[in-house]
Amino acid sequence: MTDVTVENATPARAKKGSGTLRHILWVLRENPVTGLSFAMFAGLLISALIGPSIVPYDPLATDASATLQPPSAAHWFGTDNLGRDVFSRVIVATRLDLVISVAAVALSFVFGSVLGAIAGYRGGWIDTVLSRVLDTIMAFPLFVLAMGIVAALGNSVANIIYATAIINIPFYARLVRAEVNIRRDAGFTQAAKLAGNSDTRVLALHIFPNALPPMMVQVSLNLGWAILNAAGLSFIGLGVRPPTPEWGIMVAEGANYIVSGEWWLALFPGLWLMLAVFTFNLMGDGLRDIVDPRRRS
Amino acid sequence: MLSIKDLQVAFRTRKGEVSAVRGISFELARGERLGIVGESGSGKSVTSYALMRILDANGRIKAGDAVYSGIDLRKAAERDMRDLRGREISMIFQNPRAALNPIRKVGHQIEDVLRQHARATRQDARQKAIAALEAVKIRDAEARYDAYPFELSGGMCQRVVCAIALACDPKLMIMDEPTTGLDITTQKAVMDLVDELVTARGMSSILITHDLGLASEYCDRIVVMKDGQIVEEGAPQLLLSAPQHPYTRKLVDATPRRGVTIRELLPQEERRPLAPHVVAETPLLEVRNLTKTYQGKSGPVHAVRDISFTIREGQSVGLVGESGCGKSTTSAMLVRLLDPTSGQLLYRGEDLAQMPAADFARNPLRGKIQMVFQDATDSLNPRHTSRQSIAEPLKRMTDLRGAALAARVEELASVTGLPEHLLDRFPHQLSGGQKARVGIARAIATEPDFLILDEPTAALDVSIQAVALNLLADLRARLGMSYLFVSHDLNVVRMLCDHVIVMKGGEIVDAGPVEQVMDSPSHPYTRELLEAAPQVPIPTAAA
Amino acid sequence: MGARGTAIGLRIAQAIPVLFGVIVISFLLTRALPGDPAAQFAGAMATEESIEQVRTSLGLDKPLVTQFGLYLGQLARGDLGQSVSTGQPVIEELASRLPASLELTLFALILSCAVAIPLGVLAATRPGSWVDQLCRLLVTAGVSLPTFFTGIVLVYVFYYLLGIAPSPLGRLDFIYLDPPHVTGFFLIDAALAGDWETWFGALKQLILPGLTLALFTLAPIARMTRAAMLSALSADYVRTARAAGLAPRKVLYGYAFRNALLPVVTTLGMVFSFVLGANVLVEKVFAWPGIGSYAVEALVVSDYAAVQGFVLSMALLFVLLNLIIDLAYSVIDPRFGTSAK
Repeated sequence: MTDVTVENATPARAKKGSGTLRHILWVLRENPVTGLSFAMFAGLLISALIGPSIVPYDPLATDASATLQPPSAAHWFGTDNLGRDVFSRVIVATRLDLVISVAAVALSFVFGSVLGAIAGYRGGWIDTVLSRVLDTIMAFPLFVLAMGIVAALGNSVANIIYATAIINIPFYARLVRAEVNIRRDAGFTQAAKLAGNSDTRVLALHIFPNALPPMMVQVSLNLGWAILNAAGLSFIGLGVRPPTPEWGIMVAEGANYIVSGEWWLALFPGLWLMLAVFTFNLMGDGLRDIVDPRRRS
Repeated sequence: MLSIKDLQVAFRTRKGEVSAVRGISFELARGERLGIVGESGSGKSVTSYALMRILDANGRIKAGDAVYSGIDLRKAAERDMRDLRGREISMIFQNPRAALNPIRKVGHQIEDVLRQHARATRQDARQKAIAALEAVKIRDAEARYDAYPFELSGGMCQRVVCAIALACDPKLMIMDEPTTGLDITTQKAVMDLVDELVTARGMSSILITHDLGLASEYCDRIVVMKDGQIVEEGAPQLLLSAPQHPYTRKLVDATPRRGVTIRELLPQEERRPLAPHVVAETPLLEVRNLTKTYQGKSGPVHAVRDISFTIREGQSVGLVGESGCGKSTTSAMLVRLLDPTSGQLLYRGEDLAQMPAADFARNPLRGKIQMVFQDATDSLNPRHTSRQSIAEPLKRMTDLRGAALAARVEELASVTGLPEHLLDRFPHQLSGGQKARVGIARAIATEPDFLILDEPTAALDVSIQAVALNLLADLRARLGMSYLFVSHDLNVVRMLCDHVIVMKGGEIVDAGPVEQVMDSPSHPYTRELLEAAPQVPIPTAAA
Repeated sequence: MGARGTAIGLRIAQAIPVLFGVIVISFLLTRALPGDPAAQFAGAMATEESIEQVRTSLGLDKPLVTQFGLYLGQLARGDLGQSVSTGQPVIEELASRLPASLELTLFALILSCAVAIPLGVLAATRPGSWVDQLCRLLVTAGVSLPTFFTGIVLVYVFYYLLGIAPSPLGRLDFIYLDPPHVTGFFLIDAALAGDWETWFGALKQLILPGLTLALFTLAPIARMTRAAMLSALSADYVRTARAAGLAPRKVLYGYAFRNALLPVVTTLGMVFSFVLGANVLVEKVFAWPGIGSYAVEALVVSDYAAVQGFVLSMALLFVLLNLIIDLAYSVIDPRFGTSAK
């Protein structure tokens, strides 16, 4: 098998930078699902960046003369009980939901990686203590813990981010710990030490990068969870407060109108939420392939 | 009894159909012991799976006939095949521990087979399973009946696999690399046992192996496979002494054995004379009373106990022993990756044991003591190209940068015979032999005086092993390095080393010049090891 | 057997530091309230006097360690404080609402295991087939579904459009009387009383919320079953079993499935974590009178004792469930607690 790959591979590669770019393009082309998910992500990013300036209506402007209107050419997603345009609110909400999930995942990625890497490499009592702390966090049903944290720290967007980050830290820490642990005595780790690298360098430059591919899958799953988590918290009235447009709140407000048949209030923000989570979940394999040189051929 | 004609097996893959076996034919007589020998990827295992019709879902027999006692194995209904498997044709596999269901008692696993083929009833199954365990000479079979695989040693697991295979008195036994992963003495015990049982019951057998020595010792006839085809077949004696096909010739040459030099492992046309290496009188490394003790759960574990030896400048010392003998721990301490519990490591008179392993990376001597690792795949960072891997020690320990660095890396590649265009490849894009070269180039980058070779060829096919060993011999002569060659293969040690140390249970049990220790072994354990190694009955006249 | 007994004992002992950690965290959560915790605990309608009363009873004027001691003492007496909004002890209210939540959760889990495990096994035995594709679709879509949204869509379709589901309000339509209280599980209690009309009434109410939760948990279980089954089927021991001529059924269930079950059981722990969290959302959507909707109501009125009591009791429940899962694991895996595992 190995010989076949060697035979097919092109000799001598161009400069490293363009190689990486080519590799990313190759990953996107190779798998249509990955390409689609990255395109969808680009769409989400665009609505987050310029959404507020391109939507047809002010997301907060009420209109008593046009309440609870079904979707039409003027209001694509209809209007809510206060006559606000659902489409504009859905698009504008993208920024807040993305910021919450990306910030939360970034925090847990950084803290989880550092803690997990040290525990996995050092072992001993550091490892034991960290494992116990993580066990304790994981001993809570995670959404319930997030509820408790936001309830205790106060009802704000920042606290939603902290709560989501805290409940996600164990996933990264455990993953990195396991990935570091299996490579701690690997041949290339020993070889790196023989090449004159200190323990810190070995850990940061040789072992940790190898844990990235599985972590990328985790990141994409977590981005999805983080959005669901934030939306769930605002659905039960924590964190984001009305009238701020946010998908979870909009579904919560729309839920009251479902039983009387005004489906568009809840459906569109719910669909958008699903779409975002779906996009993140699909991106996982692509992200992994991008950071994994073994996928290069 | 078994007749195979023009058998072809192919696998569907994402890149289209790949042929694994391309039209092979052979016959097997009743009571005959056939060996199928080939390197990895030769299609030898696939052949046996095809006979049993247990190929993976994406594989299929494309063409040809396989007839066993009048039954067409290719066309037989799945139900009939099921009756055949285990009752007429049995199979044992490599990695015996994985071959057993980890969460089922071994006795029950034997019963499953007995019940399936109606050889036992609910009432007498237990008793018959115990009898099957006794047949493979498992002591205290009654108690072993209730054991789970994880409670048994590797050799014991292989005996259980044999018991399952032999439980229903099959007529043909297929062994797929049955001793890979077992220690050399265990390997001999298992092979002797199976051979005895097969002969006693008048069964036929097919032994699939990469080891010509093993096949020649336990087979009446050998078939040599390469790239899915049979290149040659014949009686072991004849095949080995007068191989007709160039590939067989190469394989025979490359198999390490008594009485040949390291150059004679290579094909005849590539045997350039080997420059002699000079062994000085001055000691390079003196190991004194080295001890390593770990704190285990049930008291201290003595991995290495009070060993002492000296390696002189330019000398190659072989360190042999079976798994768990402490040879890996010793080499890790010598290369300063592990701190000894006590003892001295005098390198040119300076005690290296005084410096903690954690700080040794910054020591100027770091570049002087290097190591080539056992598994070339595992020892290369998957995210680094060959160039980055070889340059790493140079960047950390020398002032070479930019063009000078690139030039040095390219020089090292050419010294180790690595084509320059492979320098920008990642490890997964290289073959096993090429990865070994990268590993060696990296180890010699800082011009070390002392190189530890930790089973550097264990994962390689014999023909590639031959090339790698010769490369190491050339480098030694050229750079004047001292080697500590850690190996379980005594034949290889004999060819490469001047001096040999035999370890067992963390202690040195035997040591001395290679000729003395190996040709007239005085210690019983050394003798046991030497006897357990398969002997290749090759007349050295070929050389 | 002795070693395994020790390992099981050790596993139970391991729950103790975790329990302690859970109590510490929930204690810290009650003290992390912004502003004056005493005022928060006393509620919005509190007077100076009642705030001071709360302050002394919680020991808020004392050092943190003393406060923790007091907290432990209260827990030992089963005292989770008083709910500000109802004036009832929190523990009693939680206890009376717990069966409703458990009934919903267990119903959903049984439902999803009954679908997901066979689906995962089928997908693994026929890779590339339509079952496999369906499994992959469900697995990817399933984790993307916000539970509260699925619930609302189900209500819209089955209640508003089709009219075949009862109104999403609680465990039992008001035309029925609650079955006599034995276990608190309406399905069991109604069956015990032989009141099948009520039994069907309770089942009808249970189906939509149960389905919502089950859809959510289907994905992780099916995904793990498929992966575990695939790896078991390609394992060496399955090849040995096939080479020994064992019947396909025996190979599939006796050898592959039993081994594949181990990681699936482990996954159940994670699934419980999700399902207990999602419970809160689903209970709100369906006005289900469980502890989740109790917590949501308490949040709205800033009833901190009730919220933190809820968080703590959910954690305790989850620790218990994890312990049960691990003990179940020790029964099916003989390697449990040995170095081989």
